[in-house]
This record gives sequence, C-alpha cells and structure tokens, in this order.
Amino acid sequence: MENTVPTDSQLIAEIRDGSADALEELVSRYESRVYSLAYRMLGNKEDAEDVLQDTFLNVVRSIDGFKSQSSFSTWLYRVAANAALTKLRQKSKREKSEGEFLDEVYSVREATHSESSMVDWSDGPADRLLNEEARQVMEEAITELPEKYRIVFVLRDVEGMPAAEVAKALDLSIPAVKSRLHRARLYLRNRLSHYYTGETV
Amino acid sequence: MDCREIFEGLSEYIDEELADKTCREIESHLKDCDNCRVVVNTLRKTVTLYREVPAPEIPGDVRTRLHAVIRLRGETG
Repeated sequence: MENTVPTDSQLIAEIRDGSADALEELVSRYESRVYSLAYRMLGNKEDAEDVLQDTFLNVVRSIDGFKSQSSFSTWLYRVAANAALTKLRQKSKREKSEGEFLDEVYSVREATHSESSMVDWSDGPADRLLNEEARQVMEEAITELPEKYRIVFVLRDVEGMPAAEVAKALDLSIPAVKSRLHRARLYLRNRLSHYYTGETV
Repeated sequence: MDCREIFEGLSEYIDEELADKTCREIESHLKDCDNCRVVVNTLRKTVTLYREVPAPEIPGDVRTRLHAVIRLRGETG
C-alpha cells in the first residue's frame, strides 16, 4: 500500500477514536507554527512555552467541538491567539496605550505634507537593515504594539496568513483586519525609521 | 488626492488590493510627493524585513516537555 500522509481531518477522526499516535502527529505538524506565533506575541521563551502548552491542551480538550467543515489550521490559530492574548493580559505590559500608539501612527500622516523631507532608508544595505541589533529592535517594537494590533500583525505579516483567515480566526471583519494591520505597520515603520536614521517619523 | 487622503490606503496599495482607479490616483500623487514616496518605500521595506526574519525555532527541551504534557493528558483525559 502507498504510504500517504494523513490529512488533518483524518488525524482528528483518529484522535476522537482515542489514538495517541494521531495526536502526536498533529501536534508535531503544528507545534513550530504555534511556538513562533506565541514567541512573537510574548517576546520570550518561557511565556511562549506556556502558550504552546495551553494551546495544545485546549485543542485536546475541545477537539470534539471542532467542526470538520472548517479548516483545522484556522481553528488552531484561533485557539493559539486566545491563549497568547490571555497570557499577555497576565503580564506587566510593555505595550503602548492605544492613545500613544495612534498619536505615533498619525504623526507620519502629518509629516508627509510638512515642509521637511523624510529620509528613505529602504534601499540601505542588507547587513545593516537585518543585522542582529536590528532584529532585536524589530522584536522589541512588536511587543510595544497594543495587543489587538499585535495579534493581527503577527498572524498576517509574520505568519503570512491571508487577511480573510485572520478575520475568521479573530472574529473580525476583513476591513477591521486591514485597518489594524495598516496601523501596526505604520508604527513599526516609525520605530525602524528612528533606529535607522535617528528621525522621529 | 492629497497626502491625507491616500494615507489610509497605503497598506492595501502595497499589498496590491486596491481597485485600479484608486491605485492610479495614489500613483499619480506619489509621482509628485517625495514624502509619501518615502512612506511607501519604507513601509513596504518594513513588511519585507519582518517577513525575512527567520521564525524562532522551537527549542528541543520545549518540544520534549510539550509532548510529555500532551501524552499525559491523552492518557488521563
């Protein structure tokens, strides 16, 4: 017999029948993605591990409630996003208040039609744009985003999920996803501009 | 369209999700506005840079503990 890789739905059916091997396989299939999402949301290994375990324990607990007609990965991302947001709310916050965040985002809009010219750092050398220190700045900047913007940015731009999937996973409309994504990107752009050029916008 | 009017649509512009007409309006503004061009270039670069950062890999010990926790749960639950 041909050795084919079981689909998610096949594994889920086996898990419901009590197969520990199927569960092991499903966890192995998605653990890296969940860990990456959790790490990006929380910014450290310990919290990311808690979120990872909470996510899969919740999956085990509620697998019977999963409707097979929807995509397992979207459902999993929803569980993972909720676990990450719950963890984040227990932590002391690095994130900006929404007011500070929006002020910073819209300072760019004001700067575009001011007299002073903005600096374009986008064609800088790759070793400068993506060296170790720059990565550190990028990682820190994500943790400053208010959580509702952070989760959208991480799912859409870092994990590469389509906007429609992000909307489903977070119970948001697609325009809401796009608007939050835009603001998150603008904030991060400001942080990188400041780092690369010393300019504030 | 002026700087303020195109501002909200710049991510969708970068993602190529706008209708042709809006796209052309933005492009005609960008031709004459250095600052908005800088915002578009650096915004696009920001997105690219974040996509280029390698995903944090799951450490071996974290993975081992995850599987132990799940196995235990599978047996008792």
